[in-house]
Amino acid sequence: MKRVYPDKEYCIGCHLCELACITAHSKSKDVIIAYREERGQTGLSPCKRVFEKGDTCVAVSCRHCDDPSCVAACISGALHKDPETGRTVYEREKCVGCWSCLMACPYGAIRRHPMENKIVKCDLCEGREGGPACVAACPNQALKFEERD
Amino acid sequence: MLFQPINKNYHEFCIDRDKDLCINCQVCVRQCSYEAHFWDEARQKVMHDNSKCIGCHRCEALCPTAALNIRKKPSDFRTNSLWRPVFLQNIYKQADTGGVLLAGMGSPVDIPVYWDRMLLDASQVTNPSIDPLREPMELKTFLGAKPKRVEIVTGKDGKPSLKTKLTPQIELNYPMMFAAMSFGAINFNLHRAMARAATETGIVYNTGEGGLHKSLYKYGRNTIVQVASGRFGVHLDYLKAGAGIEIKVGQGAKPGIGGHLPGAKINAKVSETRMVPLGSDAISPAPHHDIYSIEDLLQLIYALKEASEYKVPVSVKIAAVHNVSAIASGIARAGADIIAIDGMRGGTGAAPAMIRDNVGIPIELALAQVDQRLRDEGIRNNVSIVASGGIRCSGDVIKAIALGADAVYLGTATLIAVGCTLCGRCYTGKCPWGIATNDTKLSKRQNPDIAAKKLANLIRAWGHEIEEMLGGMGLNSIESLRGNRDKLRGVGLSDTELDILGIKHAGR
Repeated sequence: MKRVYPDKEYCIGCHLCELACITAHSKSKDVIIAYREERGQTGLSPCKRVFEKGDTCVAVSCRHCDDPSCVAACISGALHKDPETGRTVYEREKCVGCWSCLMACPYGAIRRHPMENKIVKCDLCEGREGGPACVAACPNQALKFEERD
Repeated sequence: MLFQPINKNYHEFCIDRDKDLCINCQVCVRQCSYEAHFWDEARQKVMHDNSKCIGCHRCEALCPTAALNIRKKPSDFRTNSLWRPVFLQNIYKQADTGGVLLAGMGSPVDIPVYWDRMLLDASQVTNPSIDPLREPMELKTFLGAKPKRVEIVTGKDGKPSLKTKLTPQIELNYPMMFAAMSFGAINFNLHRAMARAATETGIVYNTGEGGLHKSLYKYGRNTIVQVASGRFGVHLDYLKAGAGIEIKVGQGAKPGIGGHLPGAKINAKVSETRMVPLGSDAISPAPHHDIYSIEDLLQLIYALKEASEYKVPVSVKIAAVHNVSAIASGIARAGADIIAIDGMRGGTGAAPAMIRDNVGIPIELALAQVDQRLRDEGIRNNVSIVASGGIRCSGDVIKAIALGADAVYLGTATLIAVGCTLCGRCYTGKCPWGIATNDTKLSKRQNPDIAAKKLANLIRAWGHEIEEMLGGMGLNSIESLRGNRDKLRGVGLSDTELDILGIKHAGR
C-alpha cells in the first residue's frame, strides 16, 4: 500500500506539514481559521508531528503498520486494519479514550486529543484529492507518498 | 534594549507582517538563519527585528499564509547622487569594525550591460527561417583545439577515413556549462545536483577549486576538474577523473585576488575532499606561485596534460581585465585548449567589495576583443572560448556565441535556479536557501532530487529558446552563429563601443 514516508535527510523542520494537516482536517479548510480559531475552539491538532534532535528532524505520523500494535491493544474496537486498503482505520465514535494505543504504538505516532477523550491519528487524508496534504505541502519533498516493499 | 548603537537603524530591509494573515505558526522563525524573526515569550507572538533582515525572502517564500513582505526600508538618507546610501552605510560599518568590506555574488554596480544593448537578427522574405520543432537543429558543441584543416584518406575499400589526429574535446549537447563553484563554497547536495543535471542534459559542470568528492567520480564524463592556486583536492586520480582540466588563474568577481574559505565551512566531507585539516581556513593565494609568466603557464598546462595522458583538454580561466586579449593570445600559444574568460559581473562566494565593484571589465567587451585578437593572429582554431560573468538568459547566451564564444558558463543563473535570491551574504555561511552553506541544518534545504531537476529544466528551457532564435535567423546549427557578428546590432552605443564589440549600429 501507499504510505507517507518521511526523509530525515531532507526534512528541514519547517513544520508546514503540521499546518497542512490541521487545515486538511479542519471544518473551514482554511489555514488561518483552522490555526487561529478551530485549534482553540475544538482542539483541532495535527496528526503528525515533527521531531527534532540536534540537526536532525523528521515528521512522524501513523505508519499504518502491517501488523499494528495499536489495533491489538485497542479495547473498544475503535482501531482496525482495513483489509482492502491496508490502512489502520480509527473510528472515533467507538473510542473510549483509554490510551492503550498510545502506549502500544512503537513510533509515538498517536496523540491524545487535547480536549476530548479521543485520539488523533493520521488517516492518510482519506478522500482528499491529490493524496495526503502534508506530502503536498512539504517544500523539500521530504515526505513521499508511495508504495515501497 | 533601550540604547542602540547609532547606526543600528541604517539597515536595508523592513519586514512587513500582515496582522490579519499571520497565524504565529513560527515557520518564519525556523527558516530565518539570521534570527530576524523570533518568538516573543512576553507577547506570545512572532516578532521581528528589521535590522537583522538581509532580504533573502526565505520567510516570505515559506510563509503558509503569505503574511510576509520584505521591502526596502522606505526611510532613506537625504538624496545625494555622489554620496549614495551604500557609501554611507559602508563607512559606518567600517568605522565600527576597521575591516575590509566583504561581499557575495556578482557586482550590483551600475555599469553598462552590453547584452541589453545588442539585438539579434531574424530572417524575412529573402532567406527562410527554420522551425526547430519541424526541422533538425544542432546545438552540439565541442570544446577543445580544432585542426586548421583535416586530411582525409581513402582506404582500399574506397571508404574515406580521417588522417588528421584530433585533439581531445569536451562534448556538450548545449553550449552551456555549470560554472566553477567549489565544494565548500556551496555544499555537497548542490554538487551532486549539478553533476546529475549535467549528466542528464549532456553538458558538464565545473568542480571549482575544492576538489571532487569520491562519490561524484562516476559523473566524471560530465565534469571539469579545476586546479587553482591553492591546489585543493588535486591529485592524479582527480586530474584523470574529469572530461577536462581547468587551471583557474582568475575570477571575474575578484581579479588578482585569491580565495579564503573560512574554517567554519570546512566540515569532514570538505576537509577530506580538499585535503585540508578539519576546521582550518582554506586559503588560495592570489597568484599561482609557480606561474609568473606565459612560459610558466605553459609548463603547468603540459604538466597537467602529461598527468592526464593527453586524454582531456586543458582550459585556462582568467578574469576579464584590461589587456585580456593579449593575455588570451599568450594562453593560446602556451598550449591551452580552452580559454574561459570571466567578466566583472561574475559571481563569488566572498570577495572584498571594493575589488568586486571596481576591478575588471564587462565580459561582452572582453569576449569580442579576445575573439578578434585570436582571429587576427590566426590562432582562433587552437582554442575554444568560454564566456562567463553575468549571463542571465538564453538571449545573453546566443549573443555571447555571436560575439565569438564557443560556450558559456552559468554560475549565478545556476544558483538562482535552485532558489538563490541574490541577497549577497554567501560569505556568512548562513545561506537561508541552503546554497552557500555547509551547516548541516541549512544545507538540507537543498534536496538534490529537486535541485537536479530544476537545473536540467533550466538548461533544456534555454536550449529550446536558443533553437527558436537560431531558427528565426535561418540557421540550423549553433556552429553557424559562432562569431557571426553580422547577426548582432548595437543600440545606443558609441562608435568606440561598437568598434570594440565589432558590430554595426542598429539600422546599418
